[in-house]
Amino acid sequence: MNEMNEVRKPPVATTGIIGWLRINLFFNWTNSLITLFVVYCLYQFIPWILDWTIFSADFKYNYLGEQITNQEMCSRNLDPENGGACWAVIYVRFYQFIYGFYPKVEVWRVNLAYVMLAFALLPLLYVKLPYRKYFLYFTYIFPVIAYFLLNGGLGFTEVSTNKWGGLLVTLVLGCTGIALAFPIGIMLALGRRSKLPVISMMCTLFIEFIRGVPLITLLFFGMVMLPLFLPEGIDMDGLVRVLVAVTFFQSAYMAEVIRGGLQAIPPGQYEAAKSLGMSYWRMNLLIILPQAIRISIPPIVNTSIGLFKDTTLVIIVGILDLLGIGRGTLADTNWLGLSYEIYFFVSLVFFIFTFGMSRYSLYLEKKLKTGINMGAD
Amino acid sequence: MKKLLSIFAVVAFAFSANAGTLDDVKNRGFLKCGVTTGLAGFAAPDDSGEWAGLDADMCRAVAVAVFGDRSKVEFITTTGKSRFPTLASGEVDMLARNTTWTISRDVNLGFEFVGVNFYDGQGFMVPSALGVSSATELDGATVCIQTGTTTELNLADFFRLNGISYEALPIETNDEGKENLFAGRCDVYTTDASGLSSTRAAASNPDKWVVLPEIISKEPLGPLVRHGDHQWGDVVRWSLNAMIIAEELGITSENVDAQTSSNVPEVLRLLGVEGNYGEMLELSNDWAYQIIKQIGNYSESYEANVGPDTPLEIARGLNALWTQGGILYAPPFR
Repeated sequence: MNEMNEVRKPPVATTGIIGWLRINLFFNWTNSLITLFVVYCLYQFIPWILDWTIFSADFKYNYLGEQITNQEMCSRNLDPENGGACWAVIYVRFYQFIYGFYPKVEVWRVNLAYVMLAFALLPLLYVKLPYRKYFLYFTYIFPVIAYFLLNGGLGFTEVSTNKWGGLLVTLVLGCTGIALAFPIGIMLALGRRSKLPVISMMCTLFIEFIRGVPLITLLFFGMVMLPLFLPEGIDMDGLVRVLVAVTFFQSAYMAEVIRGGLQAIPPGQYEAAKSLGMSYWRMNLLIILPQAIRISIPPIVNTSIGLFKDTTLVIIVGILDLLGIGRGTLADTNWLGLSYEIYFFVSLVFFIFTFGMSRYSLYLEKKLKTGINMGAD
Repeated sequence: MKKLLSIFAVVAFAFSANAGTLDDVKNRGFLKCGVTTGLAGFAAPDDSGEWAGLDADMCRAVAVAVFGDRSKVEFITTTGKSRFPTLASGEVDMLARNTTWTISRDVNLGFEFVGVNFYDGQGFMVPSALGVSSATELDGATVCIQTGTTTELNLADFFRLNGISYEALPIETNDEGKENLFAGRCDVYTTDASGLSSTRAAASNPDKWVVLPEIISKEPLGPLVRHGDHQWGDVVRWSLNAMIIAEELGITSENVDAQTSSNVPEVLRLLGVEGNYGEMLELSNDWAYQIIKQIGNYSESYEANVGPDTPLEIARGLNALWTQGGILYAPPFR
């Protein structure tokens, strides 16, 4: 009888590394073939990309030990057989990539705004933050502070938006677009589902019109035609015009995403809320929207990432965002031909931001358990 | 689109033509000049964020003429599509944006080209290994060509006139053309000769590529202003002419101080020692002196930005003075 109590170990082949490998990578012969093929490709690719980006690359000095000031001094141009990426161009132009043409003496204002942006986002992203309430107050006033910090006024020297550029423009456009589009989108979504025909028609018209034209068209409209309609003397800033266009565009998409979420709410929820005597706004604020937005998180993040990348289109109206600065650099005779380095760097920066957004949305979905909402489980 | 543009140009013109641009610029304290978002040799930000290039120098020359200070200029970046509306709406005072002077732009769009600061033309670039020395030998070649541009039409005309055939590989941007040519997906890349030079300079081994001698179109690039404000047009026109005349007279940024005691009457008139030409333009009398002192003459600007000693290696060619085999010519300064 003693043998019965003895705990038998599971077969070696199903546990530990070997077990994991068997189950995940070598489950059957097709699976094994695919694994081997992928490993072969990675084996071919990874050493090459590491060599190009890091081991053979120039960061500030070329292989002769000279500091690189133009493309002719890059190792790979001195000796085509040797040398990888020439990151010196990023090193030399780093300021422009991050701040554009912002005057150097005033740049602390941009840095301060960047830091404050992080603090303003903190209470929004992390709910368990201690003293979250006070942080939230800061978040509400942050846009006003940022406006005066970046643009000037209240004792700060004015820095015209024409001097802004690089990551600064990308972040201003992305953050403002996403932040403003969210409330506007909610109102539009509710408006479109409203039973009042005028409101519903106006919202539908707005959404369909904006969604029906490409962002480029809206940017052109904002940049080129708007000033012609404004009376003389009213000079609307170029960046503001673009911001308006970007916000309109994003609101229309956001509205449709949230409307999708609203449609997924069972009618019982509305009826229950109404039977408790709730008004339209209380019902939406307390019952409907929290559920609708929760299930819309993936598409909300999706359109937000889309917008963040679409901000690069502002180059066609002559605003130099991160990508625009990259292209401007490529047009400098000192740095001709370094397109791989510059596009690699720009994509890396975009990847960091969009990947961050995507990971955060995953965390949020996990926390709110959106997947098993609505009885889908 | 063009029709629409011209309508807006007229509307904008009606609004903006009543006030003198020169007074506006003086009151504002700086010049607003439209440039490209980046074109090698013509306008591009340098490492310190200062705009440099032939067109950027044109902007600075006008700023110097008005204010005597080369830094009193704000560069507004414009694209091929946004440049004309930006000028028409009065957002910039002038454009120096490698823009080809054509009749429809000059007349129909309501602008005024005040001169030519670079004579360009469409050319061809091929790998030297192809062993071709003239564009007429390109029968059956695959040509990389930007769609929707005048270069596309010029190309078709050229090949038809010479009775040879080609296969077009449509591309959207200069970068794309470059990559396709370098990867061997097309035998020939055609665009403006200055663009070909910068493409060639960007190659890892420029000697492997040759720009063929044929130039198949006229592309006179020059600064332009809005129609109707002739006083302002004159300021921009003579800022450019002053640089050209300075080269003719051999005045450079280095010897300009010594030249003020020259005995050549035209030199003295240009530098404001004699006559009151500055006053006529409502500028200070030493406006041209300041341009030459702070920017240099045309040749200095050319050599520093696009000339043979720069990576672009564009020979003077048509852009040499009329006395030296080119067609650069400015009316007399008297």
